[in-house]
Amino acid sequence: MEKRVVFRSSWLPYLLVAPQIAITVVFFFWPAFQAIHWSFLIQDAFGNSSQFVWFQNFQDLIRDEAYLDSFKVTAVFSTLVTFIGLAVALVLAVAADKVIKGAMAYKTLLIWPYAVASAVAGVLFAFLFAPSVGIVSFALRAMGVDWNWVLRGDQAMLLVVIASVWKQISYNFLFFLAGLQSIPKSLIEAAAIDGATPVRRFWTIVFPLLSPTTFFLLVVNIVHAFFDTFGVIDATTQGGPAGATQILVYKVYYDGVKAADLGSSSAQSVILMVIVIALTVVQFRFIERKVQY
Amino acid sequence: MTRISLQATLVACALAATGAQAQTEIQLWHSMTGALGDKVNDFSNRFNQSQSQYKVVPVYKGSYPESMTAAIAAYRAGNAPHILQVFEVGTATMMAAKGAVVPVYKLMKDADEPFDPKAYMPAVAGYYTDYKGNMLSFPFNSSTPVFYVNKDAYKKAGLDPAKAPKTWKEFAVAADKLKSAGQACVYTTGWPSWVHVENFSAWHNLPIGTKENGVAGMDSQFTINSPQHVRHITMLADYAKKGWFTYAGRRNEAEAKFFSGECAMLTSSSAAQANIRRNAKFEFSVNFLPYHDDIKGAPQNSIIGGASFWVMGGKTNNAYKGVAKFMGFLSKPDLQAEWHTSTGYVPITLAAAEQVRKTDYYKKNPGTDVAIRQLTNKAPTPNSKGLRFGNYVQGREVIEEEIEGVLAGKKGAQQAMDDAVRRGNEILRKFEAANK
Repeated sequence: MEKRVVFRSSWLPYLLVAPQIAITVVFFFWPAFQAIHWSFLIQDAFGNSSQFVWFQNFQDLIRDEAYLDSFKVTAVFSTLVTFIGLAVALVLAVAADKVIKGAMAYKTLLIWPYAVASAVAGVLFAFLFAPSVGIVSFALRAMGVDWNWVLRGDQAMLLVVIASVWKQISYNFLFFLAGLQSIPKSLIEAAAIDGATPVRRFWTIVFPLLSPTTFFLLVVNIVHAFFDTFGVIDATTQGGPAGATQILVYKVYYDGVKAADLGSSSAQSVILMVIVIALTVVQFRFIERKVQY
Repeated sequence: MTRISLQATLVACALAATGAQAQTEIQLWHSMTGALGDKVNDFSNRFNQSQSQYKVVPVYKGSYPESMTAAIAAYRAGNAPHILQVFEVGTATMMAAKGAVVPVYKLMKDADEPFDPKAYMPAVAGYYTDYKGNMLSFPFNSSTPVFYVNKDAYKKAGLDPAKAPKTWKEFAVAADKLKSAGQACVYTTGWPSWVHVENFSAWHNLPIGTKENGVAGMDSQFTINSPQHVRHITMLADYAKKGWFTYAGRRNEAEAKFFSGECAMLTSSSAAQANIRRNAKFEFSVNFLPYHDDIKGAPQNSIIGGASFWVMGGKTNNAYKGVAKFMGFLSKPDLQAEWHTSTGYVPITLAAAEQVRKTDYYKKNPGTDVAIRQLTNKAPTPNSKGLRFGNYVQGREVIEEEIEGVLAGKKGAQQAMDDAVRRGNEILRKFEAANK
């Protein structure tokens, strides 16, 4: 039954994948190796003098409270973004799946925010929630909330989480909706005939059958929270106040680009690289086994 | 409209490119936006028309840190611009970059361009001068923090609008009255570290760091956890608790809070004046920064912020001649006077300051002379002539983080300033190691 197309030429397949390989090497492997190399150096901003210092950059990082704080911030931030993003999107998808009239309109509206670049989303929310001129801040203050995220770390965190979640919900929604629609109606109908309530039907049939989608989204969302939220943070809090929203990737950028401390920045990106590799391995080795495809 | 002007620009560029064969191009990377950017273009054009050998090409390269990063990357790739505008906190980084930059005094000497360092305002040029007295970069836009007061709000609170508080004691009295009169936000500040640590120190003749604030050597240590510093930060935290002080952010967010009328008093850059004048629908006054009258020697003089032009290394002698000529051109009194009056930045030469003083400009525009008077209040001491801390971009951020910690009630002022010193010193040592 199986039909395979086999290249007879020995060089053609290599030629065809060459562009992709070239892009990967130039934009991924080369910078990655450069980062590893630089993480062992201390150099001045202009690169006129550099010294090989072995693991000093890493040792400095371990002793740096700000860096350890950044770990905590990243953990809190990515957990919040992933779980809120998935939960809200799932609720919306289940609801949209049931809508009969005007379903297209709902779906389109819910998918819309994904087209917004994260920097733009950040600016949008920065304006809405700006302590002095934001319209939402105005409403919050009218309700008696002391809204000032330039000083209050918890509020700043809330702001970047809301902005990041808002942006990611559409993407999650799209996948959940597709997942829901691929669940055979007969299964749900059979359960309904057996007397299962809608809630029970959801948790015993729909949710387990959605698990491949959920797993995929979990991976994508964690990566999103780790890296793609840079734009949101740069456009709103810039890591502040007092480092309350300084996630790891923002600190890499800040120390390397703004503070011109390339050794430390490279060491941080090497650590980040290791974390992401470990996270991906864990996800696929352990969580995937429990997922029913 | 935009398209037409864009086309016109393209045509102009094309024409300029064909005619530029004999001309030497000088790349100038800057971070001036809006009216300030127009002024840079205008000055460059006027220089280009004044002679035919050189052509200055100004390019807007993003914010200060962005443009500095771009220039560093360009330098590493071997195509840095001739002139780079660097903000004041980047001074130590540029200064340590031996080979990457050409000091201005050397540039002028090599190019036989007339250059007298004494012609420049000491409070301005001192910031960019090394310990031996050599001017290293060319000051372009310099401002200093001043104290703005909403006169209408004062009237409403039953205060004398003609009398702005001179000391922090008087400030407290006014703040209390404003608060009782229902003022939503009494006082706010832009650039917290620049105003409340760096200028607070200079204004009270206190050191920010050892080794003359780092000017005399890279092995400097921060001293901003002195009793006076801690007392000042404690005072701010106390005012915040009383509702007299509203924190607005690390940059100039506070200015909008002032000109919208929300806050009655503001400390921020003197260069914000034009913007405030355009937007405020009330009468306001510009004043000296308040000081603590029980600290001896206060008020001393304030220090500048802003940016200077650095000349990058590795260019041809001919190009450097052009750069020197351009800097000579920018130093002309007429041009500096125009820069000062149209932007609110202080003039960099004494001659230009004198020229403006002779006209009735200050009488017609009260408050525009406060910055110069404050900068030249007394002859600068080692504590008040400027600062030079390695990687101060990070250092200032650390100070601001710690101040935010105090204001958010997370730690006491003493603890915060001790932490700022410790963390700041770590940055300094690292910079020292990287620039041996």
